[in-house]
Amino acid sequence: MLSQDHPALAIDQILDEKGIADPARVPRVPPAEWVKMYQGMVRIRVMDERFMALQRQGRIGFYGEARGQEAAVIGTAAALGHEDWLVPALREAGAALYRGLPMRTFVAQLFGNANDVTLGHQMPCHPGTRAVRYVTMSSCVANQLPQAAGLAWAAKIKKDSVVAMGYMGDGATSAEDFHVALNFSGVLRLPVVWICQNNQWAISSPSTVQTASPSFAIKALAYGFEGVRVDGNDLLAIHAAARAAVDRARAGGGPTLIEAVTYRVGAHTSSDDPSRYRDERITEAWKAKDPIARFRNWLLQQGFIDVASDERLRADLDAEVRSAIAEEEQVGPPPNHSLIEHVYAEVPRTLEHQLRGE
Amino acid sequence: MPVFNIIQAVNDALRIEMRRDSRVVVLGEDVGKFGGVFRATSGLFEEFGGERVIDTPLAEAGIIGTAIGMALYGLKPVPEIQFADFIYPAFDQIVNELAKFRYRSGGQYTAPVVIRTPYGGGIRGGHYHSQSPEAYFAHTPGLKVVIPSNPYDAKGLLLAAIRGEDPVIFMEPKRVYRAAKGEVPEGDYTVPIGEAKVVREGRQVTVLCYGAMVHTVIEAAEKVAADGFDPEIIDLRTLLPLDTEAVLTSVRKTGRAVIAHEAPKTCGYGAELAALIAERALMQLEAPIVRVTGFDTPFPYSLENEYLPSPERVAKAIRDTVRF
Repeated sequence: MLSQDHPALAIDQILDEKGIADPARVPRVPPAEWVKMYQGMVRIRVMDERFMALQRQGRIGFYGEARGQEAAVIGTAAALGHEDWLVPALREAGAALYRGLPMRTFVAQLFGNANDVTLGHQMPCHPGTRAVRYVTMSSCVANQLPQAAGLAWAAKIKKDSVVAMGYMGDGATSAEDFHVALNFSGVLRLPVVWICQNNQWAISSPSTVQTASPSFAIKALAYGFEGVRVDGNDLLAIHAAARAAVDRARAGGGPTLIEAVTYRVGAHTSSDDPSRYRDERITEAWKAKDPIARFRNWLLQQGFIDVASDERLRADLDAEVRSAIAEEEQVGPPPNHSLIEHVYAEVPRTLEHQLRGE
Repeated sequence: MPVFNIIQAVNDALRIEMRRDSRVVVLGEDVGKFGGVFRATSGLFEEFGGERVIDTPLAEAGIIGTAIGMALYGLKPVPEIQFADFIYPAFDQIVNELAKFRYRSGGQYTAPVVIRTPYGGGIRGGHYHSQSPEAYFAHTPGLKVVIPSNPYDAKGLLLAAIRGEDPVIFMEPKRVYRAAKGEVPEGDYTVPIGEAKVVREGRQVTVLCYGAMVHTVIEAAEKVAADGFDPEIIDLRTLLPLDTEAVLTSVRKTGRAVIAHEAPKTCGYGAELAALIAERALMQLEAPIVRVTGFDTPFPYSLENEYLPSPERVAKAIRDTVRF
């Protein structure tokens, strides 16, 4: 057995729950970047509040929030460069925006309207554009992981200094494609970083249903590479781990599995009611470990933000979201012909016939 | 013009395209140094090296899943699934991912992966080295399904598939891998995807077939022609997209249709062909459509020749249909 302080077992933390950090362990990042990450986290919180409300009002069909996981989303994605690839699971939309996806593009996808770059072909909360190298996801759990390995593999074949980051939840570690992807990445020493957001719930199934291992990070050792376990609500620790993993991948050192230990304080999606299957007192305890509050306290101590600038940020983000909703809600559905577009590179004549009812 | 078998034709196509386009990579189980269990990738590892001719871990979902990622990046992967019977672990990647990437991303992300896989019976391979799973893929919008019957088409269709922008399931008829020989032009040419070919012109009945079954049908036609029957044979070559005009033009001319495939009858590809003819050529039919297929059983070992449509079974179907 590994000792309990092995990086794949012990949960690394830099920023404690009061927002106090050991200065010696804070990654060297310019203050503006920390502030940008904070913006990215607050943007997720603001989006989740607005879009969940929108769903409850019946104005969009579906939403999957990332509440409580903002540090795990942004702290990891912020370690990537523009040329790197982000291969998401369900809760990383905030990372797409962090990488430059316009808010209106995201909101158009939620409405599935004529402005949606994916033409309303998928249910809401499945964004993606090539422009920000954020791959358009499917709803299938773990399917994206071999694809992330393939992206990293292509970069290696082409000798590009490019890294892929593949996300999953704790439930995905049970799926065949998790094993397949991690095994390929280890055997081929691919420049890929695996992010397991262990939010402890796969819909109603707790993480104990998924594995008998003492951690998810430990699984990496069997595939021949490092696994590290990090406090997923600690932006400093998660970002430090992600940067180290991205640097290693880029330098040819192969993959890393990072387990971000966090908690899904909200429901699985807008279609779910967690009070039916879990003790919400535990959820309340996790809310006290809120990643945004912790990081905010640290930024205030450092003088990187102040109370007034923070309030302004929240107001600006809220206005940005509200404005995007107001604009996109007015836009009609995609044209009927889009139903048969992008099945193939060219629309087959048979599909034209079918659409015309012939 | 050199005479090649299908293996040599496939190998030639891969070599031509790998020389022409540095984005093309070949990956799969035993495709590297060994050159593939059927030798289809023979010599490619020596010429193009281990970064473009790759022996993968033994996991079909990983082969196809990583090939999708490579294609998203801009490479042109041509993965091999060693036997079509082993493609099912990759079914999710093929059906939910490969086939849908273009659609779900509104054309931003495409995955033009060409999956080569030997299919079909007649090699004493039992359940797991004999299946014909084409109907599963022909039922999946977003894929193209191509099945050559001879070396000329194999090379030209494979080159067209790799140069295309859509994912292709390229099924190779392994029973006739070496037996089907023919003249194959040196160098570059393509056979368009989506075009069927009239193998034998005839007046009395249209026989629709593809892959190894084309050879069975030709043998059957020779038998019945000796008795004065005159069947027309169409090699579909592509199941998705189907060359509906070729099928309908022929059936409207002959007024009769026999469909032959190795796969089980129920919901086999022949059902789609029969439905198409019933929808669009019913009034020209002089006789019921007949399907000559494998039985609705798993593929058997000892009695595989009884399972597979034989020239005799096809010949009987032709005679019965014409005499109806």
